[in-house]
Amino acid sequence: MKAKYRFMLAVVVLGLLMTGPFVVTSLLVWVDMKDAERTMLTELLLSRLPIGTMMTLFGFALGCLVLHKLFKQYVEGLLRMAETLRLMLGANRNFRVSLVDGPPEVQQLARAANDLAQQRDVLMDDVDAQIARAKASVEEEKNRLAALMSELAQAVVVCNLDGRILLYNNRARLQFKALAQGPTSTSGGALIGLGRSIFSILEKNQVQHAQDVINQRLAGGKTALANFITTLRGGQLLRVQMVPVLAASEGAEAMSGFVLTVENITRNIEQEARRDQVLHSLTEGSRAALGNIRAAVTNLIDYPDMEAELRERFLTVVGDEVSAMSQRLDQTMAEFSDSMKTRWPLEDILGIDLIAAAQRRIEDKLKLPIKTEELDDALWVKADSFSLMFALVFLASKLQDHYEPRELRFRLSSEGKLAYLDLIWAGPAMSSETFYTWEMESMQVAGETTPLSLREVIDRHGGEIWYQREKAAHRAYFRFVLPVAIPEAVHDEERVRGSNRPEYYDFDLFNFEDQSIDLDRKLSDLAYTVFDTETTGLEPSKGDEIIQIGAARIVNNRLLRQEIFNQLVDPECPLKPESIPIHGITEEMVRGQPNIDVVLPAFHEFCEDTVLIAHNAAFDMRFLQLKEERTGIRFAQPVLDTLLLSAVVHPNQESHKLDVILERLGITIGTRHNALEDALATGEVFLKLVPLLEEKGIVTVRQALEAAEKTYFARIKY
Amino acid sequence: MAHKILIVDDEPNIVISLEFLMKKEGFEVAVANDGDEALAKVASFNPDLILLDVMMPKKSGFEVCEALRADPNRTGLQIVMLTAKGRDTEVAKGIALGADAYVTKPFSTKDLVAKVKEILAR
Repeated sequence: MKAKYRFMLAVVVLGLLMTGPFVVTSLLVWVDMKDAERTMLTELLLSRLPIGTMMTLFGFALGCLVLHKLFKQYVEGLLRMAETLRLMLGANRNFRVSLVDGPPEVQQLARAANDLAQQRDVLMDDVDAQIARAKASVEEEKNRLAALMSELAQAVVVCNLDGRILLYNNRARLQFKALAQGPTSTSGGALIGLGRSIFSILEKNQVQHAQDVINQRLAGGKTALANFITTLRGGQLLRVQMVPVLAASEGAEAMSGFVLTVENITRNIEQEARRDQVLHSLTEGSRAALGNIRAAVTNLIDYPDMEAELRERFLTVVGDEVSAMSQRLDQTMAEFSDSMKTRWPLEDILGIDLIAAAQRRIEDKLKLPIKTEELDDALWVKADSFSLMFALVFLASKLQDHYEPRELRFRLSSEGKLAYLDLIWAGPAMSSETFYTWEMESMQVAGETTPLSLREVIDRHGGEIWYQREKAAHRAYFRFVLPVAIPEAVHDEERVRGSNRPEYYDFDLFNFEDQSIDLDRKLSDLAYTVFDTETTGLEPSKGDEIIQIGAARIVNNRLLRQEIFNQLVDPECPLKPESIPIHGITEEMVRGQPNIDVVLPAFHEFCEDTVLIAHNAAFDMRFLQLKEERTGIRFAQPVLDTLLLSAVVHPNQESHKLDVILERLGITIGTRHNALEDALATGEVFLKLVPLLEEKGIVTVRQALEAAEKTYFARIKY
Repeated sequence: MAHKILIVDDEPNIVISLEFLMKKEGFEVAVANDGDEALAKVASFNPDLILLDVMMPKKSGFEVCEALRADPNRTGLQIVMLTAKGRDTEVAKGIALGADAYVTKPFSTKDLVAKVKEILAR
């Protein structure tokens, strides 16, 4: 029975208790009386009836008040406590029953409950600690694998048989991000993500063909491996290598997924093509000219007594052709000098990183202090860092042996395509003879040797080295000339977000195939996009606009902090000054950003195949819906609202503001009121709500939607 | 008095042309076929300008250039380096080591003569 009905019943009982005994006594007395007595009594009673009724009513009202008070304190107080206790049981272990309100008995109960909780926590902590110890080694291995993957210089993607991505590394993310076309780029690499399909990036047919090849090779007992080259929309060429992930069970080897190693070979191919072009222009292009010259010269030699005029004409032919050939050679060299450089594989490396490494090694090996002078900290060079490092340490040790300098200095500058790395020391002039011997001998430093000479290292780099004096400063330097590199992509961004291990992998997805949104699937099985918007104001119908969209994905019950959408939007109208302190977004920040027509399609693509989640979703959805007509983009997927779901789980709590829920569920987060941070907070809340909803028998998306609709909050809000 | 030019190159086929050309232009010319000989000829012939090939046996053009620049008695000597390689790193090295000009083969004889005259007129 509901508490409300019990209260009404109690009131009725109270009424009966107050009037019942009097009425029954009166009735018994009445029956016993004679007529005269009865008339007397009636008169007596009737005249006093008003005051009697008054007193009874007064007493009844007083009784009701007391009853109500008791009810509030004991029944509702206990109900609230029960909810809190449930919370402590499930979502937030550290939550405690409040001790301040309620009568002493309830307070005692609360204290006892808290003590019990305390005891339980101690036990649970103990168990947790044991489990944690046991888990640690497994986790460590997983982490080692993840770390290995994320630091690999190759782009690696692991998929299940359905082509869903289970794992990718940072390199893959950067590579595909660089390839993203058009408005997708505003979504920060939306193409790649856990649980997303690899077929949105690579041709499905090609991938499946590679799978077939592997299956055949497996059946034939050969090394299971397949290669293919694929062209992307933007004309970029990728070389892809596929190896299978084999199912651990059963006798016969079966593929349960595959690992793709992806390399962008567009640059290599372009370089090959340019080399071919050079070769062609130097061979084929010279053939005709050489033929003309040869014929003319042969004539001149064979017929020494030809007429002067004819002789003159042959000579002109030779002169013209030779100058044309020289010109062509110069032109070719100028155009293709980059492609003609050495083919030794060089890596792009930040100049200052190279210097820092050399500095450490020299100080470590030779105990020789190193200082730096002006360093161009944005300069990238092409280098074989190992041999170059060896060369620097070698020169430093030679200097130490011969001139005993107190310190060495590094300097880094550039001129056009050439980078200058200088190793400077103060001391007497050295003979260039000495330096030439150093240049040619096999290098040897502190017990380490290499068959390479300094000259060979320099040649590998297509560079130069020389010795030069700064007479005025009484010092000298070795100048290494190295080719300047233009780094391929932004290498280091976004390291900041989520300093803990990146969520680039999820092996549980191996068995996670179908991704379509089915309302009868379990809440914990679906992929979600949690999002939040910042707006110029609260009234979309009166012209308020979106200025930021932040979103993250939840896949397989995990919030993926690496797969985010974070985009400022130019609202094309002035911001309201009073709203700026709330969202912290200023005019300068939004001007020059893409407008909603560009951002919405990208966001739509980011949300593909997912259920949307927002806190107070009605507000955000309203803004999105108002743009439907203009952009033609419809967000038709189901929407879950954490505000309503919280009300479903805790109907007796007064507030369902995001801050309050976060506290109630024991979630601590950093800054708020930034669309992305709020979206992440909402995601955390949702993940905590899922098990609480399950306790209430709400398991599927459909059930969650229905329950949310029925809540009190839903009725007053909409 | 005519300027003196020393031609240093190990390829006779280019030496013959250079010698002919410079003599025609009215310079006094001497020839050396490698680095060591070049340094000896500088001492005995005392040229105003050297046409110096980079790739040579015994001592490379760079070494000769450095040796000459290290000699305080030869500060007035002009050095024009000739090379068949012509990579930008090499040009940078030649200029850094004190060459006054750097000419890549194949070159136009007319341009070379103009450059030599211009340098000697400085």
